[in-house]
Amino acid sequence: MEFFSQHKTYDFMKVSRFFIAATLSLALLSMILFFAKGFEYGIDFSGGTIVQLKYEQKAPIDKIRDDLSKDKMFSGALISEFGSPEEVQIRFASTSGGVSEDVGDKVRSILSDSGKFDVRKVDIVGPVVGSELRQKGIMAAVLSMLGIMVYVAVRFEWSFAVAAIITLVHDVAITSGVLILCHIEMSLDVLAAILTLIGYSINDTIIIYDRIREELKSTKDLNLLHVINTSVSKTLSRTILTVLTVFFVVLTLYIFGGEIIHGFSFTMLLGVIIGCYSSIFISAPFLKILGFSVEEYKNKIALKEKNRVEKMKMRSQYEKGTV
Amino acid sequence: MSMPTFLQSEKGAKIALGLDLQGGLHMLLGVQTEVAIKSKVKSIASSIKFFAQSNDIIIDDFRLDEELLSFTLLDKDEEKKIDAMIKTISGLQVSKESMHYTLSLNDKEKDVIREFAISQAVETIRNRLDQFGLAEPNVAKQGNDKILVELPGIKTAEDEQRARELIAKAAHLQLMAVDEKRKDRTNNMSPSEAAQYGDVILSDARSDQVKHILKEIPVLDGSMLSDAKVAFSDMHQPVINFTLNSEGAKIFGDFTASNVGNRLAIVLDNKVYSDPVIRERIGGGSGQISGGFSVKEAHDVAIALRSGALLAPVTLLEKRSIGPSLGADSIQASLFALISGFLLVSGFMLFYYRIAGIVANIALIVNLFLLIAIMALFGATLTLPGMAGIVLTIGMAVDANVIINERIRELLRQGMPMAQAIEHGYENAMSAILDSNVTSIITSILLYVYGTGPIKGFAISTAIGISVSMLTAILGTHGIYQFFMPRIEKSKNHSLWFGMKRGH
Repeated sequence: MEFFSQHKTYDFMKVSRFFIAATLSLALLSMILFFAKGFEYGIDFSGGTIVQLKYEQKAPIDKIRDDLSKDKMFSGALISEFGSPEEVQIRFASTSGGVSEDVGDKVRSILSDSGKFDVRKVDIVGPVVGSELRQKGIMAAVLSMLGIMVYVAVRFEWSFAVAAIITLVHDVAITSGVLILCHIEMSLDVLAAILTLIGYSINDTIIIYDRIREELKSTKDLNLLHVINTSVSKTLSRTILTVLTVFFVVLTLYIFGGEIIHGFSFTMLLGVIIGCYSSIFISAPFLKILGFSVEEYKNKIALKEKNRVEKMKMRSQYEKGTV
Repeated sequence: MSMPTFLQSEKGAKIALGLDLQGGLHMLLGVQTEVAIKSKVKSIASSIKFFAQSNDIIIDDFRLDEELLSFTLLDKDEEKKIDAMIKTISGLQVSKESMHYTLSLNDKEKDVIREFAISQAVETIRNRLDQFGLAEPNVAKQGNDKILVELPGIKTAEDEQRARELIAKAAHLQLMAVDEKRKDRTNNMSPSEAAQYGDVILSDARSDQVKHILKEIPVLDGSMLSDAKVAFSDMHQPVINFTLNSEGAKIFGDFTASNVGNRLAIVLDNKVYSDPVIRERIGGGSGQISGGFSVKEAHDVAIALRSGALLAPVTLLEKRSIGPSLGADSIQASLFALISGFLLVSGFMLFYYRIAGIVANIALIVNLFLLIAIMALFGATLTLPGMAGIVLTIGMAVDANVIINERIRELLRQGMPMAQAIEHGYENAMSAILDSNVTSIITSILLYVYGTGPIKGFAISTAIGISVSMLTAILGTHGIYQFFMPRIEKSKNHSLWFGMKRGH
């Protein structure tokens, strides 16, 4: 079976201007959203306590709310259904620093007459740990982008590296924007998903760049637009197919993976789609915007090749002892 | 089929399930090191006092104020003796105005104490949990000043409670003299007033209402303990018998000899358990703590005493406890996602590429088993994000095969014979696969370095999965094609082998 005709070269560059304008303004809007509204940080980053209960019958949320409100510790607690009607999540900002006292036990005794339930999870994150986790997360994101940038610069060209990073920042920005709009909490899992996306969405970009690099070696056409169009068209089926396979598994994770990794799989789901179109419509066309010149590149390659040949010649002369 | 039966055999290496999958308790503890510094000053105080008493040196106005220790010497002739004694204590900062001494610890010594308090806390907590009888407790120092405690397999809330109490118990045993002179005024004396006399007021272990007035500087403390065991009293109550080391035994013997008729309080974590009257000199250095313990409590207190006191109390910075039922649910959910993800992807590959799809699927299965085997070999822990990583690997591992197959199709379309197209297809695809996988591995490594707990599991499984996929998806499938090459050359059927439309 085949989805795409490989004989046809699609003119991506013709629509790229529109796409770049549209999607970059989306990314910009996301950034504004990020600075104006910001993430809703989960307890991993803001500190706080989460207690998760599972009742044997439908959870009596109103009664839970009433009972807990009598205790000062739970003031301002958010009590909500979690995944199924039997499960409840209680979330509040205060944390207890004592090792021997326990919120789980406290909840158990306060709610003892609300029905039979099981305390399934207690997470307490102190404020110090929260801010440390946040720092580490930012560190990991920045360093992985830098790492990718250096690698792409070494394997390709500086302009490729810059375009790749712009694409990545764009992907992360829009993903974050949607997360903020959908009120998805920023947790460790969501952060891991964003970092995975950085590593994943660069893949499509690199496949296209690899094709451009290859095309540049063989073609006599000095027009960058043509080279990009050919390369993107030739890799289009691969790009769509691999995105499809990853999309399938992330979708199964989202549907079947359980409530706990919902944040993770939702973020991945978003990112896979955004990463796919951005590598086609941003990463390649941006080479043009950054002023990448086919002629210069070809000259550079030719120079490199000349140096290599010269070196080989020198070496063989040394080996033969003619120098 | 559950995860353990799928991944774990009776023999051989096993994949340990993370706390989020098997249930358990994860805690990050902070250490209040300033308390260790205070108690060090206190113990210096008690040794100076002991020295003075045993050498008949009279000192007055002996005071302990937070981290400062001060006293006045009455007889100038004794100055040399005291100076020499103070010199033997390292890390002290001494200022002297005529005969008034002020002592404190210098900064270097404070750093040493802080450092020691943390490593000692790690050791002590590890010892206690080992003796408590839990399977594979993990206690490790994290960062500069934190302690990570992981207790897998805690099943009940009661066990968790006991483990937490055991960890937090200071287990600070002190034998203190009762201030017989001011005993009658115990109930109407304020703590600050008591401090003026060098006394301290502590409450009774059985009832907070009952108070005891004691000399602040203890006769001796738990650091001189050599053993503690649970025993039963004549009334069949559980008690704890403790034994002192030779130094402790000597101090204990001397003190009891000179204080016959007075009371000696046995204080554990600032609660008075008993204050028996000393009837005669007690040699041999053993004593008993009784105070209405339950058998379990006595057992835990004995463990805590044996493994030593915590020099500094610990506080809870982070706690994650997961019930075993939630872990089991997570295993089921993620395993279902794994299987359905695999079926979807392999079905798609088969449908789209025919035999080339089967070859890719074989590589995918081998990839999954290798991934699990390598994780077991290196003793990696499988967490819920780790499971997500494996599921994701399924999607990413076939990526290499899609790239290769698309390259081969491209060459076939150009009219190249199958055998040649396959060889060139692999060649052309190499650089793209390598570059894209290296960038993925870069982020996995950073995720591992900067991630915490379960996230590290995700980084490990994706990093191994991607690395292995380069082996299986490139070398493995290439080998399969080469094995079938004579048949491929004979058949010339692009549709059968690579799922292309007929007519190409």
